[in-house]
Amino acid sequence: MRKRTSRTELDETALRPVTSSGRGFWLVMLPLGLLVLAALFAWGWQIWQGLGSAGYNDQAFWSIYESNLVTFIGVAYGGAVVSAILRLTRTAWRAPITRLAEATALFSLLVGMMFALVHLGRPERIWELVTRPRLSSPIFWDFVAVTTYLVATVIFLYLPLIPDLAALAGRLPAGSRLVAWYRRLSLDWRALPAQRRLLDGAMAVMAVAIIPMAVSVHSVLAWAFALSGRPGWDSSIFAPYFVVAALYSGVALVILVVAGFRQGYRLHAYIGEDHLIHLAYLMVVLDATYLYFTFADLLGEGFSMNNSVVPVMGQLLTGQYAPSFWIWAVGGGLLPLLLVALPWTRRTWGIVTAAALVVAGMWLKRIVIVLPAAAQPMIAGGWGSFHFTWVSITITVGAAAAIPLLMMGFFRMFPVLSVTEIEELAEEPVVRPRAHAAFGLPQEGDEE
Amino acid sequence: MSQDGGNGPTSPDGAGRSPTIRRRDLLRGASVLGAALGVFGLSEMVHFRDEVLAAPMPTAEAATGAPVAMSSAAAKATHQWAMVIDLRRCDGCAQCTTACQKEHFLPKEQTWIKVYKMTDSAGQTYHMPRPCMQCEEPPCLRVCPAGATFRTDEGIVLVDQSVCIGCRACMAACPYEARYFNWEKPAAVPRQPTPPSPAWPTPQVQGTVGKCVFCAAHADLGMLPACVTGCPMQAIYFGDLTADVATDGQGSTVVLSQLLRDNDAVRYKEELGTRPRVYYILGHAQDLSY
Repeated sequence: MRKRTSRTELDETALRPVTSSGRGFWLVMLPLGLLVLAALFAWGWQIWQGLGSAGYNDQAFWSIYESNLVTFIGVAYGGAVVSAILRLTRTAWRAPITRLAEATALFSLLVGMMFALVHLGRPERIWELVTRPRLSSPIFWDFVAVTTYLVATVIFLYLPLIPDLAALAGRLPAGSRLVAWYRRLSLDWRALPAQRRLLDGAMAVMAVAIIPMAVSVHSVLAWAFALSGRPGWDSSIFAPYFVVAALYSGVALVILVVAGFRQGYRLHAYIGEDHLIHLAYLMVVLDATYLYFTFADLLGEGFSMNNSVVPVMGQLLTGQYAPSFWIWAVGGGLLPLLLVALPWTRRTWGIVTAAALVVAGMWLKRIVIVLPAAAQPMIAGGWGSFHFTWVSITITVGAAAAIPLLMMGFFRMFPVLSVTEIEELAEEPVVRPRAHAAFGLPQEGDEE
Repeated sequence: MSQDGGNGPTSPDGAGRSPTIRRRDLLRGASVLGAALGVFGLSEMVHFRDEVLAAPMPTAEAATGAPVAMSSAAAKATHQWAMVIDLRRCDGCAQCTTACQKEHFLPKEQTWIKVYKMTDSAGQTYHMPRPCMQCEEPPCLRVCPAGATFRTDEGIVLVDQSVCIGCRACMAACPYEARYFNWEKPAAVPRQPTPPSPAWPTPQVQGTVGKCVFCAAHADLGMLPACVTGCPMQAIYFGDLTADVATDGQGSTVVLSQLLRDNDAVRYKEELGTRPRVYYILGHAQDLSY
């Protein structure tokens, strides 16, 4: 186990990125910023020239941006699951990683929402979904679910910050403009019993509420495809399939974020390899579930040899999309499973490799979910194809760069560790689930 | 709305439809349920949705003065437009496509009526022109998030390109791949007699979806669609289910219901429940399901 550190050390570690930004910070921020600027330029170009410049055509009408939308909003789920589920189950090891997980959720969601705009032919008309919605459209419900989820994610990130900001306001360097902000945002927090009750209650409500909310987001995203009735998408498993995919890739991104910030911000005293191992176990369970769902989907659709589905299945498993599909199946499904399962690769490097494979592999998986069903001929004739252009690639790379950029910018202003929670959980006796009694394991209260 | 318009005596399959729950009814029920569960101000939205469905695009209508009857949902429309395509006559010359593109100033990729080369169960090839099917239950309409796609009382499905957000959900939903996106800036077109409207969307608008409109603005002027007059084989009839007449490109007029009945006309992908307004007369051994 890690050594116990004092509260002062803890506060200093949490605020180190705020108080002192070394050369390393700017060395990372600069290239990330350039990539994001390039993406903004490419988007401007695309708005000027039309979506054709991104590589689309009438047969490949949905492709890279729709995959990006699902991917980025999907990884946003990781923050929700790690934070909310670990809170609800009172998992003791959660404390040092909840802030990172919640920030991951917020910023990958923001980037994912950008793709909802980037993929539109007329992004400036998005407000029509407020002023003149058609309620039977899955796209309208996507809009409702995602914006609701955004509000919930902001609240979920903000609530645990309140006591932290109150505690840390005094530790900021004198004259920092942040002091006033910390005081304002901490809402006069003095850790009074009444305040504590209120905050705990609010956190519990949010932790419960955010789970069905996230489920709804990914279900409705799936229905934007599944309700079109197109062979390949027209599958009843699609909603839970997308939810599991989101959880799976989301936990993988949390692993990458936790490992990255642990290294870059020197959080080793609080986040250990065992945190990554716990998260990796979670990822592997979801990996196996997702592989099972994929198998169930393909078997259910393909086995009956239905005339309309067979061509799509053929293209996916043995045709032009087969290389991508099998690269995902091995690299994004089986290999991560092995890397975590085998004891000699179940180390930081192995887990980070597995998580990176999952995040990249799940993007590829979304491409082979979206593109073949879109590009199939519905009457007769050949298959459509999407051509990756500099516009769509620049925007996609810039979006991926925007997540660490936004997170580093955020932690330039706010504490990277939830100091109050770490402190509380260090003081509290270990709470063991009641089920332990049934198995003759140590129970709550045994510590005393 | 006139959702039963094509299901009268003129429709070859009209008698066989059982009075079970309609998809539209089901969806409306689901929408209302969703609204009850949902977000603030939804009753307002439901009201608004009904208005949009009932009287689409009052602004566009007023602006163009296009004589497409959209004034009131209650008003009984005088026409229910339909099309009949005789595949026995079609030789696949694609002059319908050319005539359409010339009429609407479309680029070569936008084949609002497209001629497909089909193979029948005996392995023989034949040709099938595919306009927009003007479905009575349009899958494209239900998925349109901003209500840009709507159906007129005369049974024509139109897109308001001043509203379309370009999400392409309709392209995903259309089982006839009849919708085309303006991926680039459309080429300049000569000055038109009317400003662009859903019934006469010329020029096309970048970043929005377009499709065959049955030359809607022409119909009430007594003009035939460009593809009908452009067909040298008289394979395409334009007709009115209410008046029960159909006219081919030469102007010879027949009784529509009799044309359909005598030739065992069918609708494409009938099993999807979209109830197209386009009928096909098949040749020997031809089967549209291939």
